[in-house]
Amino acid sequence: MRRASWVATVVAALAAPLLASAAQPAGAPDPQADFKAFRSYFTQRFPSLKLSDFANGPYSMDEGLRKQWEAIEQFPPYEFALDKGKELFNTPFKNGKTYADCFPNKGLGIRQTYPYFDDKSGEVITLELAVNRCREANGEAPYDYVKDDMAAVTAYMAYTSRGKPMDIKIPKDSRALAAYEKGKEYFYTRRGQLNFSCASCHVQNPGQHIRTEVLAPALGILNAMPIYRSEWGSMGTISRRFMTCNSQVRGVPLKPQDENYRDVEYFLSYMANGLPVSGPGSRP
Amino acid sequence: MASTIRVRAVASGDTTEVQSLIQHPMDSGFVKDAKGELIPPHHIEIVEFEHDGKKVFTAFWGPAVSKDPYVKFSFKGGKKGDDLKISWVDNKGASDSLTAKIQ
Amino acid sequence: MIEFRSGDVARRVMLKGVAAVAGLACVGVVDAVRTPVCAADAAGWPAEAFKQKSEADVIKALYAGKTAAASDKVKLDAPEIAENGAVVPISVATDLPDVTSISVLVLENPYTLAAHYKLPAGTAPAVSNRLKMAKTTKVVALVEAGGALHRAEKEVKVTVGGCGG
Repeated sequence: MRRASWVATVVAALAAPLLASAAQPAGAPDPQADFKAFRSYFTQRFPSLKLSDFANGPYSMDEGLRKQWEAIEQFPPYEFALDKGKELFNTPFKNGKTYADCFPNKGLGIRQTYPYFDDKSGEVITLELAVNRCREANGEAPYDYVKDDMAAVTAYMAYTSRGKPMDIKIPKDSRALAAYEKGKEYFYTRRGQLNFSCASCHVQNPGQHIRTEVLAPALGILNAMPIYRSEWGSMGTISRRFMTCNSQVRGVPLKPQDENYRDVEYFLSYMANGLPVSGPGSRP
Repeated sequence: MASTIRVRAVASGDTTEVQSLIQHPMDSGFVKDAKGELIPPHHIEIVEFEHDGKKVFTAFWGPAVSKDPYVKFSFKGGKKGDDLKISWVDNKGASDSLTAKIQ
Repeated sequence: MIEFRSGDVARRVMLKGVAAVAGLACVGVVDAVRTPVCAADAAGWPAEAFKQKSEADVIKALYAGKTAAASDKVKLDAPEIAENGAVVPISVATDLPDVTSISVLVLENPYTLAAHYKLPAGTAPAVSNRLKMAKTTKVVALVEAGGALHRAEKEVKVTVGGCGG
């Protein structure tokens, strides 16, 4: 199913450097160079911030917000989702197998390695995608990607990885590099009626307000996922947040786990290598 | 069914600090659903904490208390291993209770 | 969510042993949406106080005959700008002696009284909770100590209202 699309991806990737931002030299993708530039941009902009604190998003940027967050973290609202997630994770499927049978290390303490590039299928596999593929392979109906049970299970899996540094690999495979580049391109491309790119807010204006929100830095922005957002009054996954961000710039949200979303997740997660998993998290 | 009540009660010296998080929608009655109709108020009214047969804290809550409500307080006289009973009742007459051990 | 039929209510109350819901007279009466027609507030819950729309009326309902005096011994901890009006962490603490109750009022809310706490002897005069605020508002803490009413207030700016939408 994916063979035709990866050919298209490689073709698009060859064109990608021409569309990328000015800082990108034309030629082969160089994730390591991007990583260094991205990291030093943020550490220079916020010299007093501990590297690991970038994983706390807006709370690393605003003292008033941080105090409220610390009060809420004393007994966070994602506790119920965490308990439910653990229960769901440990409940066998109808055929007797469990999630432990689908994942390395029985599915515990592995969240920091997602997403990864699967060289067999030629695509980026996110944790949520892997969870649903595990379910389908074992005769179970897939979860809705954006909230509820999916958010509960991934919250539990993230929790078992708390503190572990992100460890995303981009193999020397032109398809993996292409997916990474597509993700990077998505991140820097303007969209929506408001004509913002992800970078407009999260690279150019972290710590500033956009209406009522304090913008999180792009560095480590996914480390706290999945999140309980006060605004939602419930848990949401990375897909949920990407879709709402698209809507908020008055663009059309893509479907959850769309290839573009998985690619930008790949890009952002790689940029966060070394920063600790802080999920599940609470956010405004 | 799992309890709606989560509690952390920790004794330090002769003081026990109690934190509790209860799973409850705490609908205020001011929010409309997807059809545009008001969701009726549905919130916890009373939460009682008992130690050694005595009430140590009573909360009277209205619709302005946040969803999945939290409360923290401390009392004297508890020690590690003691039972702490928490029970709540809401405006529809539903209720739940839990007995936890002080850590 | 908590779903139930009115016929179950009395039975559930007995099973849970919570004596607070005495006096419910709603046996077998159910309306079209399966809500007990008789939904009654729990015994002991200060229903009148929770209906009031001003600080003065809340005080009349809860602390008949008393007036609140400002006190710097009442510490009200509230954020200057709430990250989200739906979940605002608020703490009240004091070193006044003989505290019997603490109330928290949110003046710009549709109903002024948010929460009321009864503290028996031996319970520390401090409470932390999380409240909803409809918009920028003064938050008032009332501490009843030694029979007298003490007051502190703080303004909380709310940009995203906590009542939904």
